[in-house]
Amino acid sequence: MQTIDLTQVGLRETNKTLHAQSGDTNQTAWEIVNPRGSHAIACGLDAPIEVIVKGSTGYYCGGMNQQATVNIHGSAGPGTGENIMSGKIVIEGDASQYLGATGHGGLIVVKGNASSRCGISMKGVNIVVQGNIGHMSAFMGQSGNLVVCGDAGDALGDSCYEARFFVRGSVKSLGADCEKKEMREEHLVLLQGLLDEAGIDADPSEFTRYGSARTLYNFDVDNAGAY
Amino acid sequence: MCGIVGLFLKDKSLEPQLGDLLTKMLVTMTDRGPDSAGIAIYGRESNGKTKMTVQSDTPDEDFAGLDKALAKALGGDVAVEVSSTHAILTLPAGKTADARATLAEISPSIRVMSRGDSLEIYKEVGLPENVAERFKIDQMSGSHGIGHTRMATESAVTTMGAHPFNTGDDQCLVHNGSLSNHNSLRRKLRRAGVHIETENDTEVGAAYLTWQMQNGATLGEALESSLDDLDGFFTFVVGTKDGFGVVRDPIACKPAVMAETDQYVAFGSEYRALVDLPRIEDARVWEPEPATVYFWSHDTAPTTSEKAA
Repeated sequence: MQTIDLTQVGLRETNKTLHAQSGDTNQTAWEIVNPRGSHAIACGLDAPIEVIVKGSTGYYCGGMNQQATVNIHGSAGPGTGENIMSGKIVIEGDASQYLGATGHGGLIVVKGNASSRCGISMKGVNIVVQGNIGHMSAFMGQSGNLVVCGDAGDALGDSCYEARFFVRGSVKSLGADCEKKEMREEHLVLLQGLLDEAGIDADPSEFTRYGSARTLYNFDVDNAGAY
Repeated sequence: MCGIVGLFLKDKSLEPQLGDLLTKMLVTMTDRGPDSAGIAIYGRESNGKTKMTVQSDTPDEDFAGLDKALAKALGGDVAVEVSSTHAILTLPAGKTADARATLAEISPSIRVMSRGDSLEIYKEVGLPENVAERFKIDQMSGSHGIGHTRMATESAVTTMGAHPFNTGDDQCLVHNGSLSNHNSLRRKLRRAGVHIETENDTEVGAAYLTWQMQNGATLGEALESSLDDLDGFFTFVVGTKDGFGVVRDPIACKPAVMAETDQYVAFGSEYRALVDLPRIEDARVWEPEPATVYFWSHDTAPTTSEKAA
């Protein structure tokens, strides 16, 4: 285990060191201590390493991640895992707004709650939240899965495309063009897989699926007067 | 952008450290607001008298002999305690309106920052570190205080455009965000007879709350109606004589983190601002909900009221 004290080493050196790790590095286990809510910790990683951040982080932790696993032993600030491509981010506490925004792939797990705009414009990332999520989550979500074991706030999935949302608790309101959908066998299997991967014990049959009603996809001549 | 910090002490033994803790929180928020900074601090009861914080760009001229001139005009003892560009006036109770009128007459370059029994507001243009140093904020004690670092978007970088804004006796407001209907609301409030000094959007927010409360609303009710009447982005933190409150607009783009232990309740625009607080690792840390008014007071139990968006 390599330990980096962020207050001693500084953010740029820390990220530079992590960026220098290649696919065949022997130093696969890293620990960052004293994060003190700093921004952009462990951003832009691209190697199969595991980074544990011992404390709470600020903006954009684990942003643009590829291959790496980032564990945050605390709460995470706005934009955590923004544009994640692959790999895994696990947040032991709560996540602030726009978690995993525009994420293309990989998995983000939140053990606490996620705030507003969780998974906004998601493009293939899977997000599993053990608690609740805030308003405007998965706005314009294009693909990927958002799993919520608690409740969802206002306007879930507003103007979404093909992203899927599984919510166990209540949904305060659905956004424009988002609707409740049937839970078929294939969805139960998919959801069980996501819960297993996230290490969360929950029964897929207790969840409701939501997704796009697909009425905003194409220009409709009957709406011409509205423009 | 802007940064906000707030600290409300439950444990009286921390009171001598309030200024020091708030200064550290404020300086951490420098990169959210390097233009100007300000702090409102509640402490030093004036024992039956009223305090006014005033500011002047030419303090040597304006504050010399001010105590005698005011004492003569108001009839009663007046103390003037100068701190850099600011001065704390201690006046006979109930004389703030007279004092304001007198100041406008004898020394029009003096600006009133705050009034109340325990509130003092210090704010200036410059880096938060330099502003805090100028007024020796770190040596102040008190029961609670709020601070602001400003990155101006809606109006000029001036002392009067800096936060906190005084909204009424012992009340103040800081703001992160931008109000988009401040011009029309300023016209409306001016027609209703409310004094608004600058073209700043937050001053309109502050004046709006003052106006609501003059018309009988409690601070909590005024904050709730602000959710209907103010258009734009805002996280507001308000200070009162015995507590502080937090409200975010329904969209809640502007960041906010709160922490609570048995010793204090703290607010920060980011978690970074809170990391030097005592035993922060054991605190309950959470993000305040949008369109919800939170309140902590030394006199009553904490309250939360949600307003339908």
